[in-house]
Amino acid sequence: MLPIDPTKKISFTRHICDGDLVIVYERHDNMKAIKVCQGSVLQNRFGVFKHSDWIGKPFGSKVFSNKNGFVYLLAPTPELWTLVLSHRTQILYIADISFVIMYLELVPGCMVLESGTGSGSLTTSLARAVAPTGHVYTFDFHEQRAASAREDFEKTGLSSLVTVGVRDIQGEGFPDEFSGLADSIFLDLPQPWLAIPSAGKMLKPDGVLCSFSPCIEQVQRACDSLRSNFMDIKTFEILLRTYEVRGVKMDCSQGDEAKPGSILPCKRPQRAIEGGNEQVKLSSQTVMVRPCSEAKGHTGYLTFARLKCLS
Amino acid sequence: MSQNNSQSDSIQNPRVTWEGCSVLLDINDGDRLVFARLSAGSTLKIGNKTYSLQPLIGCPFGSLFQVENGDQRHCLARFVPTVEGNNIQEKGDFESQDEIKDNRALVDNNKAQSLTGEEINAMRSQGATGDEIVEALIANSATFEKKTLFSQEKYRLKKQKKYAPKVLLRRPFARSICEAYFKKYPARIGFLRVDALSLLLSMANVTANSDVLVVDMVGGLLTGAVAERLGGTGYVCSTYLGSTPYSIDIVRIFNLSNEICKRIVRSPLTDLSLSQNRTSEQIHQQGDDINMECLSNNQMSSSVGMEEITPTENEKSDLISETTVSPVNKTGKSTKAGNKASKQAIDLWKENGFSSLIIAAPELDLWSLLKDLLPLLANSAPFAIYHQYLQPLATCMHNLQLGKMAIGLQISEPWLREYQVLPSRTHPCMQMSAFGGYILSGIKICSSN
Repeated sequence: MLPIDPTKKISFTRHICDGDLVIVYERHDNMKAIKVCQGSVLQNRFGVFKHSDWIGKPFGSKVFSNKNGFVYLLAPTPELWTLVLSHRTQILYIADISFVIMYLELVPGCMVLESGTGSGSLTTSLARAVAPTGHVYTFDFHEQRAASAREDFEKTGLSSLVTVGVRDIQGEGFPDEFSGLADSIFLDLPQPWLAIPSAGKMLKPDGVLCSFSPCIEQVQRACDSLRSNFMDIKTFEILLRTYEVRGVKMDCSQGDEAKPGSILPCKRPQRAIEGGNEQVKLSSQTVMVRPCSEAKGHTGYLTFARLKCLS
Repeated sequence: MSQNNSQSDSIQNPRVTWEGCSVLLDINDGDRLVFARLSAGSTLKIGNKTYSLQPLIGCPFGSLFQVENGDQRHCLARFVPTVEGNNIQEKGDFESQDEIKDNRALVDNNKAQSLTGEEINAMRSQGATGDEIVEALIANSATFEKKTLFSQEKYRLKKQKKYAPKVLLRRPFARSICEAYFKKYPARIGFLRVDALSLLLSMANVTANSDVLVVDMVGGLLTGAVAERLGGTGYVCSTYLGSTPYSIDIVRIFNLSNEICKRIVRSPLTDLSLSQNRTSEQIHQQGDDINMECLSNNQMSSSVGMEEITPTENEKSDLISETTVSPVNKTGKSTKAGNKASKQAIDLWKENGFSSLIIAAPELDLWSLLKDLLPLLANSAPFAIYHQYLQPLATCMHNLQLGKMAIGLQISEPWLREYQVLPSRTHPCMQMSAFGGYILSGIKICSSN
């Protein structure tokens, strides 16, 4: 997934090979990750797609089924992976992920500790941020989930950057071997205040900690325990509002009921390009935009803090 | 005591300051933010006194300094904060008494304080510390005891800020630089808020070994942030219309190592275009018209005709010149960021395409710019476009859909709210930024079908 190997870079010259991971894009809300295999097929509502047709084509290509339906094949990125990965737990999405990476001040070479691993959504982006010379040590107390996460990192080519451990961070803290070595720490735990003393020992002075909690009571308890050894304690909420775009014909001759001079919307508003059989009207239109009706109301509170410099 | 340059080369993010490094001084917990360059001669003004910044050299980032008043001189001294928690928590037993207190009898008539200005100055010249003055003020306040515990804490903090100001030495990083500019000079960075910037970096899949094409008309904040994430590999190519590059002054504040600086290059769009094989000089005439338009709109072009950004130049930004800075040590070891891209690099990009594209150009016509830039992107490469206004992004999105040039298109507006979390006083902050910009993101698809 990451261009640690230069031949895997997203480029004009790179073509899909047997064994590559591709993201099959059917619709903006319907995608899946598939490993390309010479003899395999993909079957969906648009028909049957042979993997062998894909091999040799560039990423970003449109490929057809036996029924002339189509999908797009995209190169995997941490953003796309977050949208296609299997949810073993509730995951973090791009708004929280991007803010966390920025606020934890992660750059290539950093070492970051994480608990819990969950489904590995954030872990993938953490790996991207510290590649190629840094490392992510992530812990989950659920053995099966840790194993699934390890499999995912194998699949996405991140195993050299991520080490998954099975450990109860709330009960045992982080391993002593990491003391004073962590640039940043991320906690997504039900009772983060139990892990905060250990986190304080792991971090380099001025290192950044982030705790993600859905409930304000958890945030309050976490902040209370942060105050002794940490400073610059800040809590945020971040959400994304999305917009939909529609082309509108400035044509008055649409229907009998139309009043002259009125603007009537196109019978089929131009949505995002989908897999399928869509016709395109390249007419001159006014573009109208409005916020989407649906939005996420809350994911969790993000609390950040820096370890005090006591020397 | 100065950190030698070789150390700053090998460590990606050094945690101790060195002579000549760039720092962010946070005075009184975010009340005032000042960028400075540390040297023997640099100073900082607090109130009506000037303090030397020399004591800050060689200290770890995150150190706190407070003002020391002597009869001879005033200086900043490092102090180590206590590990103990908030005093309020320890006074938990007194909470029941506190419930009886309220402010019905408190009259705000400026007569509560009996200590005069002259007495305070006398204390100062006798070497009293800021904290001692604050205690004296509390002791001489007629209304202090009548206040609730929270109110007392607020009063103490307020007095401490005035009489015992604290200076926090902070590392300039994409996060802190963006926040400082957004607070003080948002127009210079096109009102790009820190969460919008972080989204741009994620959506454009910025990572080591990638070749990122940017159109940076936000003073260099974007270029610097991308370079930070590249960590010395790949390239960030800042492109521009016409023949004059946009200013990327802010890159200098980042404390980027030589390795990272080498990766920041600039190239006129005409050189990068696939159909053109002529050099920029030959196209100069054609580019001029567009160039003139850009210059008149571009408030950032303090560097007309400049090709390179060097740390040895005079600081142009007001934000930086708040401190008087003596000429930076001209060891000649610092690498220039923003050199012209080499022909080999340009040829490589023409052959492979860029791995992603980020645009932050408040002044330009987005669609015509995007039409020219999209062919330079590799297939399946993501792009992210930041703009303050919704309509141009909507038009771009619509045209991209019609032209079948990209998928996964989305216009997002980030919403960010900060909370005050204190015992019995938890609520969202009273002040909030209402707007941080819009972003159009998408993935380029292969057009050869």
